[in-house]
Amino acid sequence: MAESRSQEATPAPGYLHLEGLSKRFGEFLAVDAVSLEIARGEIFCLLGGSGSGKTTLLRMLAGFERPSAGRIWLDGQDLSAIAPHDRPVNMMFQSYALFPHMSVEKNVAFGLEQERLPRREIRARVDEMLEIVQMGRYAGRRPHQLSGGQRQRVALARALVKRPKLLLLDEPLAALDRKLRERTQFELLNIQQRLGVTFIVVTHDQDEAMTLATRMGVMDHGRIVQVGAPAQIYESPANRFVADFIGSVNLIEGRVAETGSGTVLIRSEAPACAIRAVCTPPCAVDDTVWVALRPERIQLQQAPHDGAAAENAISGRVRDIAYMGDVSICLVEAGAALMRVTVPNSSGVLAHIARHDEVRLGWNASAPVILLK
Amino acid sequence: MGGSNRARRWVVGVPTLWLVLLFLIPFLVVLKISFSVARLSIPPYAPLLVLRHGWPMLKVHLSSYAYLFTNPLYVRSYLYSLQVAAICTVLCLLIGYPMAYAIARAGAWRNVLLMLIVLPFWTSFLLRVYAWIGLLQNNGLINHVLLALGVISHPIVMLQTDFSLYVGIVYSYLPFMILPLYANLEKHDPALLEAASDLGARPFAAFRRITLPQSLPGIAAGSLLVFIPAVGEYVIPTLLGRTDQIMIGRVLSNEFFENRNWPLASAVAVVVLLMLVVPIVLLQRVERRELEAE
Repeated sequence: MAESRSQEATPAPGYLHLEGLSKRFGEFLAVDAVSLEIARGEIFCLLGGSGSGKTTLLRMLAGFERPSAGRIWLDGQDLSAIAPHDRPVNMMFQSYALFPHMSVEKNVAFGLEQERLPRREIRARVDEMLEIVQMGRYAGRRPHQLSGGQRQRVALARALVKRPKLLLLDEPLAALDRKLRERTQFELLNIQQRLGVTFIVVTHDQDEAMTLATRMGVMDHGRIVQVGAPAQIYESPANRFVADFIGSVNLIEGRVAETGSGTVLIRSEAPACAIRAVCTPPCAVDDTVWVALRPERIQLQQAPHDGAAAENAISGRVRDIAYMGDVSICLVEAGAALMRVTVPNSSGVLAHIARHDEVRLGWNASAPVILLK
Repeated sequence: MGGSNRARRWVVGVPTLWLVLLFLIPFLVVLKISFSVARLSIPPYAPLLVLRHGWPMLKVHLSSYAYLFTNPLYVRSYLYSLQVAAICTVLCLLIGYPMAYAIARAGAWRNVLLMLIVLPFWTSFLLRVYAWIGLLQNNGLINHVLLALGVISHPIVMLQTDFSLYVGIVYSYLPFMILPLYANLEKHDPALLEAASDLGARPFAAFRRITLPQSLPGIAAGSLLVFIPAVGEYVIPTLLGRTDQIMIGRVLSNEFFENRNWPLASAVAVVVLLMLVVPIVLLQRVERRELEAE
């Protein structure tokens, strides 16, 4: 059993294969030629703002929307022509869509009853699944007698009990409060690893995507703009949209002044500074580029009196400090620009810095990410 | 607090006063008359309270009730009324459910379609029933068309049959079935049907297991709204119905106006009401549960 499970967990490339998938609603192109490979056992998060096409993409996988173009292959089977009720795919709805007139047990049994399985098998599988989501005690309750978190578990159990090849989760945690969401994320991971089902999660919440995903795809205007592991997307965003969408970032517009020997020098006007970065993208002198600087990669110091202009350093004045518990967020005015810096409170740096103080911001050459325009 | 309390007293008080004045008191009057006997006088029944040797005495007669239950004419009329009402309720449900379902899913057309359902109420009810006579009679429109098309060689007798009676009642009461059903179906969450489909239910299975059970309160409300008034229906059976078998509403009117037997007519009315108490209580239950569900 353990062996077969670990085998299932090893990703087989091209388990789910999307090819040029598009969906058009009248004039509006909701999903624009999306091609994607997802391995078996992955938790793939589709992250995007509202209207980015992520939900439409999910609904095409479930079969509720017919693609305007393109194909969907799952485990070697072309899903395009298969009706939703015949697809080996199940969905957990954002609203959970539990049947209000049925008990928890009946809700979970519904999908198996449609398969006309023997009563005893249905009963055994429902009981097992309710144990997995820790809802065995509530089998006889109606959905309206449950809390939000309990409903979420029932919805998950109802979708998983069918042993789908692919489980689609539409904003699975959006309806839960913050504390519960955090706990549920880890439970979801746990259950996924235990059952080895491939998950596709749609979310607008980057924290949710970061914790859950083995890989994620960032969507914008119907296209997937970047696919990668969460760390990869956070550390090396492919473009300005991704950098801005994931986490908070300082975006500085500048012009390439020097290239060579593995680094580039960029001069910017707001804030006025020279940025030396380990060069990743091919860029030429005089190119206009965006430099993305994560707030936690910037060091804050009390301003030295000489104030000599150096590379990767600017001086400014603290406008605001927001205490967040683990970190503090400082907004620093540096010329015309407003820079965001996060400082761990345990570092003690802020003990000597208050609002309106002159400060110096500095960073390593590995911190800036150069984004071509 | 005092203001809201006073407001609540008004909200509850006005309908209560309405019911007492226009339902309870008239009902008690009818009940009183039903325990009397007919005689030629004004009013045409014996008083319940009489003075004998200076003492008031209550004279209660149960003869009207006894007569009702021993005379097969009345028993048959009651059963016939129940049968007609039941059949018409089922027909209204069979026709009204698909219509309500379609309207609830009609999107932008919804309001126009609802308007069309309510539109007939803008014309007199009596006029609309008369119009059916014009359609159904032997030299009416339907027979003319069928004769002209050569489908039939002699006119079909449709008027003053069970058929014309059912047509009249179903036609008149259909909106009362459609509106509560629509109100119910319109609230259904479309995600539930998607979920059912996602879990492997074909469209009909999804309807049977998700939509139908959830629309039961609407079905109950619509059915009772048709059944209750249909039992006592007077105008439609008089204009369109059979002459050899009359419904209880017609019996009641005959007793009042032709035989001038007020006690018997009152007893007929009281028994109709008692028969309908169970469905009326059911209707209130359903309505209360619908309110609680929201």
